Amino acid sequence: MATQDSQLDLWEVFIQSRNGSHHMHAGSVHASDRSMALQNARDIYTRRGEGSSIWVVPANSIVASNPDEADMFFDPADDKVYRHPTFYTMPEGAKQI
Amino acid sequence: MSHRLAEWCSNGPILEEDLAITNFALDLIGRAQGFYRYAAELEGKGRTEDDLAYKRNERQYFNNLLAELPNGNFATTMARQLCLSAFEYYFYTALQNSKDETFAALAAKTVKEVRYHMTHAADWVVRLGDGTTESHDKMQEALNDLWMFTGDLFEMDETDRAMAEQGIGVDIEALQPQWTEYISGVIKKATLQMPEAEHMQTGSRQGIHTEYLGHMLGEMQYLQRAYPDAKW
Repeated sequence: MATQDSQLDLWEVFIQSRNGSHHMHAGSVHASDRSMALQNARDIYTRRGEGSSIWVVPANSIVASNPDEADMFFDPADDKVYRHPTFYTMPEGAKQI
Repeated sequence: MSHRLAEWCSNGPILEEDLAITNFALDLIGRAQGFYRYAAELEGKGRTEDDLAYKRNERQYFNNLLAELPNGNFATTMARQLCLSAFEYYFYTALQNSKDETFAALAAKTVKEVRYHMTHAADWVVRLGDGTTESHDKMQEALNDLWMFTGDLFEMDETDRAMAEQGIGVDIEALQPQWTEYISGVIKKATLQMPEAEHMQTGSRQGIHTEYLGHMLGEMQYLQRAYPDAKW
């Protein structure tokens, strides 16, 4: 028997750990509106000083690839070694390229 | 207040709110610890913050009546939080200017936490007030029921006055207009009616409480009373 979902809408949470870095997907929260989503994300994912900025996105606004189509989507990239920039020498001391 | 909020642990309407409320409880514990530790230090009798929290009797507590009231339903808890957190926001904002450096530092830390508590509670009051007929009625009822305890927030005894005069404490009475303006703004936004109380409850300045504090202390202090200075 399916139980009724009383947990409000789903939102995906992205956290930026420090200024300048990317927002990384941290997880999801339930909320009925934008400010509740932001507050819930703050209360759940930044309790231990993990964040300096939060994005929340309604989960149904995210267009996701279909796992059944993974072979069509991703497998063709497996044997294209020439697409990797491995033929260049990394400058010494460069950390992020 | 922290104890009351902790009672919501595992009982929140959704997991996220459960965590939010218990986060508040932890903020409040941290704050109490800071102030009690300083009080114990000033007293200089070798008591600790735990002694002050767990070994005083009901009449030795001077917390606002609002803070000890039962959680009621979720609307009651959020209405109570709004009234109390808004008071604390103005109180700690003023206390940041205290001549006492420790008070000023504790207030500066607290004001950030309290601003969030106040915003979170205000959002819920608006959400429920401006929600369904049922949520509107429950929120209105919660505010009406709590209103007679809000006058107690702004009372001052001789100690409070002496502290305010010396620039250490805060002129608490003077905070009431700001508080009322803020609360009435939230209530209006929530399409609710400002409650009216024929009679305001009083007592916290004399250590006189509602019937609820004794029961709460019974639970809160049980371990210390049953096993004094227990360690684990």
